[in-house]
Amino acid sequence: MAYEEPITDYDYIVENCTCAFCGCNCDDLVYLVKGGNVKGELEDNVVVSGYVDGGHVVGVRHACRLGASKVMEDMDQRLLVPMIRDAEGNLVETDWDTALDKAAELIAGSVRPVFYGWSETSIETMKFGLELGELVGAVLDNQATICHGPSLQAVQNAGYPVMTLGECKNRADMIVYTGNNAMNSHPRHLARYSTFPRGFFRKRGRFDRTVVTMDPRYTDTAKMSDIWVGFEQNGDYEFYNAMRAVLRGKKLQKDVISGIPKEDIEELVESMKQAQFGALFFGLGLTHTLSKQRNIDIAINLIQDLNKFSKWNLIPMRGHFNVNGFNIFMAYEQGFPYGVDFARGYPRYMNGETNTIDLLTREEPDVFMVIAADPGAHFPSGANRHLANIPVIQIDIHWGPSTELADIVLPGSFIAVEAGGTSYRMDGVPIYMKKAISKPETCRDDEWIVNELLKRVQKIKGIAPREASK
Amino acid sequence: MVEYILKNGIVFDPTNNIKGEKKDVAFSNGKIVEDVSSDAKVIDVTDKLVMAAGVDPHSHIAGPKLVVGRLYRPEDSRKGIVPAKGVTRSETGFSVPSCPATGYRYSRMGYGTVVEAAMPPLEAKHTHEEIMTIPNIDVPALPLFGNNWFVLEYARDGKVDELAAFVAKWLKLVKGYGIKIVNPCGGEAWGWGMNVHGVDDPAPYWDVTAREVVRTLAKVNEKLGLPHSIHLHPNDLGHPGNDLTTLESMKMVSDIKKSSGVRNQNLHMTHIQYHSYSGTNWRDFKSGAEGVAKYINSNDHVTCDVGQITLDETTTMTADGPMEFDLHQLNGLKWANKDIELETASGIVPFIYSGRNSVHSVQWAIGLELFLGIKNPWQVMLTTDSPNAGPFIRYPRVISWLMSNKRRMEMIENREVHKAVEKKSSLATLDREYGFDEIATISRAGPAKAYGFTDRGHLGVGANADIAVYDLEPNNIDPSVEHEQIEKAFGNALYTIKNGQTLVKDGEVVAIKQSQNIWTNVQGLEAEEAAVMKEVMPVFNKYYTIKFENYKVHDHFVSNPIEVKVQAGKASK
Repeated sequence: MAYEEPITDYDYIVENCTCAFCGCNCDDLVYLVKGGNVKGELEDNVVVSGYVDGGHVVGVRHACRLGASKVMEDMDQRLLVPMIRDAEGNLVETDWDTALDKAAELIAGSVRPVFYGWSETSIETMKFGLELGELVGAVLDNQATICHGPSLQAVQNAGYPVMTLGECKNRADMIVYTGNNAMNSHPRHLARYSTFPRGFFRKRGRFDRTVVTMDPRYTDTAKMSDIWVGFEQNGDYEFYNAMRAVLRGKKLQKDVISGIPKEDIEELVESMKQAQFGALFFGLGLTHTLSKQRNIDIAINLIQDLNKFSKWNLIPMRGHFNVNGFNIFMAYEQGFPYGVDFARGYPRYMNGETNTIDLLTREEPDVFMVIAADPGAHFPSGANRHLANIPVIQIDIHWGPSTELADIVLPGSFIAVEAGGTSYRMDGVPIYMKKAISKPETCRDDEWIVNELLKRVQKIKGIAPREASK
Repeated sequence: MVEYILKNGIVFDPTNNIKGEKKDVAFSNGKIVEDVSSDAKVIDVTDKLVMAAGVDPHSHIAGPKLVVGRLYRPEDSRKGIVPAKGVTRSETGFSVPSCPATGYRYSRMGYGTVVEAAMPPLEAKHTHEEIMTIPNIDVPALPLFGNNWFVLEYARDGKVDELAAFVAKWLKLVKGYGIKIVNPCGGEAWGWGMNVHGVDDPAPYWDVTAREVVRTLAKVNEKLGLPHSIHLHPNDLGHPGNDLTTLESMKMVSDIKKSSGVRNQNLHMTHIQYHSYSGTNWRDFKSGAEGVAKYINSNDHVTCDVGQITLDETTTMTADGPMEFDLHQLNGLKWANKDIELETASGIVPFIYSGRNSVHSVQWAIGLELFLGIKNPWQVMLTTDSPNAGPFIRYPRVISWLMSNKRRMEMIENREVHKAVEKKSSLATLDREYGFDEIATISRAGPAKAYGFTDRGHLGVGANADIAVYDLEPNNIDPSVEHEQIEKAFGNALYTIKNGQTLVKDGEVVAIKQSQNIWTNVQGLEAEEAAVMKEVMPVFNKYYTIKFENYKVHDHFVSNPIEVKVQAGKASK
C-alpha cells in the first residue's frame, strides 16, 4: 500500500456520515467535499445541516479502504441516464418518462415478477417496493437468499442470541471470528467494535482481549489473532460438535477431530468457559460450507450452552450495509424475512420454493427487477441463463454485469452520500444515513424511482393509492 | 364538517360516571360534542353497548424484540395469515403479528390507543418505524431506563436533579412517553450472565440496588411531573417466592408524593401476575395473589395490569434477559437474546402454556385471582402482557372469564385447567363477576387515567371521538351464561371510531388511518439538560458505537406525532 498524501484541497467538511459499504455501517465518516454550494447551515467549513449542492467527495476520513473507495467512486462506471435495450440488443439512452412507463408496463403485465436486491438501498425505498410487490403479486427477495439465508434458517431452528456491537466493545474479553476474514471483508470491525477499541470494562483495548480465529485458512484475521484454529475444510460441524461435547463434560473418542488434536479442543473450550464475556462473529465461511445451516445451528447451540457458564453472544457478519435492514423490514411489514411470495394475495415464505435462485432455475419469473444488487456477477449460471431470456429492469448506480442483462436501466442515487435513508447495521441498530452532496442531475433517488413505478402501475391497473401510504 | 350522532346506545363511561344509560353520543370534527344539528348523520346503535375506544396500558407491538420474534418464528407468522382484502393488506402472525395485522386486530376489538411497553433508546428509530407501519391506533412508547448506565450512576450517587434532566433529555431524543423499568440492575447483571435477586442485591460493578434505582426514578418522575408514573417490571419475574419482592417493590416507593393531577398512582406495576408467586420452588409453588391484592386494596399509590395467562402457544419477550435464559433452560425451546449496549438486555423464547400443566394452570388462576381480588377496578387493568402471557387478541376471552363465574368453574370442573388450581389458588372460592362498567374501567377508563390521558378513555365533551360499539345488548344478556357471546362481541366491534372516523364496521376493517406516536416533551429544564449533556457526552462518545448525531430519533421517524408538553415540576391537570 503506497503512501498517499493527505487531502488538503477541499472546501467543506460533512461529519458523522454513514458508510454504505459493509454491515458495520460505520457512522463516524467525515466527507471532504470540493466545490458546490451549501444548502443548509455552515459553521466555518463544516456543514452542520443540509448538504452541498453540486459538490464532489474528494476525501473520506476514518473509513477503511473499501468504504472510502466506494464513497469516492470513480464516476467512469456510473450509470447516469435511463436506458432501454433496442431491437439490436444495444442499450440506448432515453428519457425518464419513457423508461419508467416501459418498466411499469412490464411489471403490470407480468404474471410472476421477482423484485430482487434491496440490500444497498434504504428502508424508505423498500416501502414503495413492497407496496408495488403486494399490488402485482411479486416475489420480494434480497441478497440473504445467496448469503446469510442459511444463517436465518438456523436462527429459525435454534435461536438468536445476539447483542449490539457496543456490548462486545465494552465487555468482551474473548472474541471469536469463525468462517470469516474480517480484516479483509469488514476492515473496521476489529478496530471500531470488537478487538482494538478501549471499552468501559476493557480499558486497555486489545491487551484485555483474547482473539481466536477458527478458520481453515490462515487469513489476515488469523494473523493478528492470539489463537488460530485451522480445522479442516468442511470440518466445521464436527469441530463445533466436539466443542459442545467437551463443554457438556463428555470425553472425546478420537484423538484428532477435524484436524485439531483433542487436547487443543479441550483447552479452547476451557478458556471459552472462563471468559467473562465472549463474542462470536461468524461469516459465510461457516454458512456456506458442507453442512450449511446445520453449522450455524450448532454454533448457536454452542453459544447457548456456554451461557450456562459465562456470557456469550454471537453476530452474523452481514455483508451489505442494509441486508439486515431488508430482513427486518420484511419481517415487521409482512412477517417473513426474505423470499416472500405475494402471488396468492398473501405472503408465503418457503425456502427452496420462493427464493430467487430456485424460481430462476425453474424458469418461473417472466419479469425481473433488480435494485441495488448484481445478480449478473453473483448468481449461478443456470439462474442467469433465465435472466437473459426475460425482461430485466435494473435500478442501480454503477454499471455491472447485471447491466449487460438488463433491458431497462434506471440510474439511482447513492444512499448515504447523495440521498438520505434508513439502514440497519449487522446487529440491528438503525441508523439514518444522511445526504451529503447532491446527486448527478440526470439521476433520481431510488425512493423516487420505485414510487414512480408504483404510481404508474397503479394507474395502469386503475387502482387508487393506498390511504395510509405516503 | 360532518357531524355524527350515535343514537340510543347503552353507554358505559366510568370517567363520567355513566353506567349503562341509554343516551346519544354526538361528535364532529374528531371530537365528542355536546350536541349536533339536525343535519348530523345518524348511526343507529339502539340498545347496543357503547364505550370509549380501548386503551391498552402494556403491550409489545413494535420494536426490535418483535422483529426478532417474527424473523425467527416463521411458524408463528404462518399461523395468522389472512389475505389482503378491500382496504386491508395481508395479515400474518398469531403471537407476533406483522405491523398491519397488529393495527387491524386492535381496531377490530374496539381499541384506539396501545402503549408499546419497552423501547430500547438505541433502537428507538426501529420502534418508531414500526409504529408508523401499524395503522389505526395511537402508540405511545416507554423507553427503558432501569439498566441504563447513566441512570445506574446517578441513582447510586443520589443525583435526582441530574437524573431528571437526563430523563427529560432522553425522552426528547427518543420520542418516549414515560419511564419504563425492567428488572432494575438485573438487566445490567445479565451483561455478565448474572441476575440480581430481590431489591437489595446490587448490580455488579455499579454497586447500586434496584431499591435505589426505582426510588430515584420515581422521584425523577414526580419531579418532572410526567403524565404517567414509573412503569415497573420488578425483579424476580416468574420465580416462586417473588411475591415478597413484589410487596417490597411497592412499599419502597409509598412515601414518594405524586405530582400529577390526573393519575392517582406513583407506581404502575406491570404484568403483576408474573410477580405474585408464593413458595420456594416449582414443587411447592402456589398463588401469592392474596397478599399482593391485599396491599393494593389498602394502598392507592399503586396501579397494576395483570398479564393474564390465556393458555395459548405464544412467544415470550421481555427486556428481562436473565429470565428468558432461565425460561429457555426450563422449556428447551429456541432462545433469542438481544443485549443493547449501555442500556438494557432482552430475550425471547417461544412458550406453550397448557391447561394440562399444573404450573401454567395455577399461573392462569393467579391472574384471575388478582382481577377478582383487587377491589377497585381503577387499580387493575386488562392486559396479557401481549405476547408474553398470550396474544392481545385474547382480551375478549379474558373479559368473558371475568364476567362469568360459571365459565371459570366449568373450566376448573371439566379439567380444562389442571386440578392444581383448586389446591394452589383460591380462584374457585371467588365468585365475583365483573359488570360492563368494571370492564369499561379496566380496559379504557383506568388505563387512560393512569397514563394521564384526558383526551381519550372516556366519552365526555371535548374528548377524542374514539368510540367502540359492540354487538351486545347489556340489558338483554346474562354474561354469566352467555360468555361465548361476550367473547365474540368484544372481538368483533360493531363500530370502532377513531378521531371521528369509522375504521371498523361489523367486525371488518373498513378504513385505514395513519397511527400517531404520543410523546412527552418536558419543558423548563433546558439549562439543566445542557449541563447534564456536558457530563454525558464524553462517556457517550467513548462507549457507544454510534455517533450522537445518529442516535436521536429524527422527525423523519415520527410522522404526525401528538406532543404532550409538560412543565417540569408543575402538576399537569
